[in-house]
Amino acid sequence: MEWLQETYATYQSTLAYIGLNGLLALSVYTTLSCGQLALGNAGFAAIGAYAATLLTMKAGAPFGLSLLLGALLPALVAVPLGLPVFRIRGVFLAIATIGFGEVVRIGLVNWEYVNGAQGIVAIPQKASVGLVWICLAGALFVLSRIRGSKWGFALEAIREDEPAARTMGIHTARYKLAMLVLGAALAGLAGGLEAHFTFMVAPNGFSFGRVVDMLVFAVVGGAGAFYGPAIGAAFLTLLPEVLREVSPHLGIEPGPLRMLVNGLVLLAVILFLPQGLVSLPAWWRERLASRRSA
Amino acid sequence: MQQAVNGLFLGSIYALFALGYTLVFGVLDILNLAHAAVFMLASFVALFLVGRSGLHILVAFPLAVLFAGLLGVVLERVAFRPLRARADSNISGLISSIAMATVFEALALWIWGPNVSRFPFGTIPERQFQVAGAVISRLQLTIVAVAVAIFLLLTWLVTRTRLGREVRAVAESPRAARILGVDVDRVIAWSFFISSALGGAAGVLFGLAFNAIQPDMGRGVELKGLAVIILGGMGSMPGAVVAGFALGLTEVFVVAHLGASWRDAISFAGLFLILVLRPRGLFGAAALREA
Repeated sequence: MEWLQETYATYQSTLAYIGLNGLLALSVYTTLSCGQLALGNAGFAAIGAYAATLLTMKAGAPFGLSLLLGALLPALVAVPLGLPVFRIRGVFLAIATIGFGEVVRIGLVNWEYVNGAQGIVAIPQKASVGLVWICLAGALFVLSRIRGSKWGFALEAIREDEPAARTMGIHTARYKLAMLVLGAALAGLAGGLEAHFTFMVAPNGFSFGRVVDMLVFAVVGGAGAFYGPAIGAAFLTLLPEVLREVSPHLGIEPGPLRMLVNGLVLLAVILFLPQGLVSLPAWWRERLASRRSA
Repeated sequence: MQQAVNGLFLGSIYALFALGYTLVFGVLDILNLAHAAVFMLASFVALFLVGRSGLHILVAFPLAVLFAGLLGVVLERVAFRPLRARADSNISGLISSIAMATVFEALALWIWGPNVSRFPFGTIPERQFQVAGAVISRLQLTIVAVAVAIFLLLTWLVTRTRLGREVRAVAESPRAARILGVDVDRVIAWSFFISSALGGAAGVLFGLAFNAIQPDMGRGVELKGLAVIILGGMGSMPGAVVAGFALGLTEVFVVAHLGASWRDAISFAGLFLILVLRPRGLFGAAALREA
């Protein structure tokens, strides 16, 4: 039992980050599932984190309420953002939403009430690993319910061919906006949880690099299945822990090694396994089958 | 006046960087997010050539640019060519370019470490001129001159040479170009060479200008380059140059009048508004084609 407690204490933060990154990866997945590459999620997470933090620290709100409003506020922001932004598509949509995320970050840097670039520290630690995982499970449950429903089929139709989906009477704009709002809420929830787990928030935690990380989690895990992004996040969050152990043997510092392996994993997945790690078992079976028949 | 000079100087670097960005986008409709990593590596290579090998900067500069161009060819071969047949190649290409950017940055971090590296003192002799009340350093003058020379060279290349014609043909329609006998793969490889060489040139000049080279130096420029190519119109080369100078000038004036911390907000707010109000940008040719 003592051994178990010790291990838990050592890896507590890794376990929490598996959950947080899973939520963030799912927040990118929501829009990807209808074929839209929206990359404003660092901005949504920042809004959620700051809203929840201010509610807890300045307004003395109960933690549950802070967390809820921290998810709600970015969802509300996503509506006016989504209305004009979804008129553009593909790479342009990605760029516009990156622009939104950066404007949020720079706005926070310049907002003196929240200490600008230094951010807010000494936030009471109210989020536990268990809570983070419960939230992740909840998000997975919601997304699993979407799949196979009328809603889920509409999203797939939009992903495969948007003009055709529109012709068939699917209200594409409404579905896309709903997924952006859902993604914003998930990102905001993750932001609020992270702030109350790490005791601090700072604008630079929500830079462009952060949203790239979320996208990488989703792609490596596989954006074709709702659980793929969470698996990708878990894999890529655990990987540095493993690499930290092996890096002394390779003669590379852990920092560059982690980046190098991340880049190579992403490259290998996009080139050879476009459906992500979740398609690995199917890919393996196929290989075995073709070898047997040969 | 002083600010105008500084703005032009900054703008020439943005314009160079954005030209390369927009060239690849014009030809392939792919956003190459590894462009900033090439920018950074070229800067390090120039530093290495000057610092370790003791080459003169005038020799090191073309070598670093050549290196960047070759890196572009590698990038195309590894990260873009295998994906070209895929239906979602513009999104998967974006992702594989992120992967390559990560690998490049990791290599720089591994070789040179995370700290700021600097060119040795006196790489470009320090001398200042007074023109109409503004102080212009020899370094700034050199950078603007080199940038202008590269613009002219590129204009000649695109409008007057056979390769330039082929690049424009592929940008218009790869299929039609192939039918007309253009070796599309070769043209795309050349586009990447030119694009990355431009990014590399911008990187070396940036490194000289601010004399601070580090593995994550490309990140800020990457997003500003996006703002520039959106403002100028995706795929438009004259647009990229004009918008590059416009951003350089605007930033300098914003820093002078509103404070440094608002500088970056301008480019992103501008980028966002342009995309929502006029997605073609200032110089964009036609309306966006439907998928």
